[in-house]
Amino acid sequence: MEATALETTELNKRVHELEQRVAELSKKNSNLTMVLFSGDFDCAMAAFIIANGALAMGKEVTMFVTFWGLDAIKKPVLSKGERGFLEKMVLMMRHNGPDKLATSQMNFGGIGPKLFRYMMGKKNVESLPSLINMSVEFGLKIIACQMSMDLMGIKKEDLIDGVEIGGVAAFLGSSFDSNTTLFI
Amino acid sequence: MSKTELNFRGMSCPMPIMKTAMALKKAASGDVFEAVADDPAFEADIRAWTKETGNILQGVSKEGKDTIAVIVKK
Repeated sequence: MEATALETTELNKRVHELEQRVAELSKKNSNLTMVLFSGDFDCAMAAFIIANGALAMGKEVTMFVTFWGLDAIKKPVLSKGERGFLEKMVLMMRHNGPDKLATSQMNFGGIGPKLFRYMMGKKNVESLPSLINMSVEFGLKIIACQMSMDLMGIKKEDLIDGVEIGGVAAFLGSSFDSNTTLFI
Repeated sequence: MSKTELNFRGMSCPMPIMKTAMALKKAASGDVFEAVADDPAFEADIRAWTKETGNILQGVSKEGKDTIAVIVKK
């Protein structure tokens, strides 16, 4: 039985739709979503090295930064905006910016990270601020968690440039669209 | 089609791969690159990178501490 012109058109249309869908699905498989929850120097290093590696492979990478992770993307000097007393207390006790993060182990009151940075310099390992800048230049999408920012008295101006603000749905949307999701 | 040498000696992960990505981004299809690195991780990294990006890894060899990879832009 020969296909009618109508059936052929219909088939072509469906094949075209399927091809588009396959193309979209293949593209989704290339994405990486990460959560940076920890504010430790070692965790932030791992997160940004992985992000850079994935970006170097041409993948789309989204990093959702929440809670202590926000310490890593703060500017070294915070904005002078209005803050409540508790918010000021939290900020005073936190490490502000990638050069001030503590290591999760062997911090030794702050000497640990200094030693690590010294060793990194000797072995030519890229510094954390440099890794962060590079990843943003390469197209890393950073979403900062609005809720944790509120809890810690952090304002958008306190974070490095190019950061978007979002909530859990922004993270999950990205995560479901990605082949790989990492929680650091 | 040009052959370019990339010297990654003294660099550690992730820099050799980042620099490879940057170099190949600006390249034309068929351009050849010879990358030399002394980072022991470079061989595994460049194999994975070429596989993921579709660029061609023509060959990998070792000379002492150096790993030499010949990469062709797809």
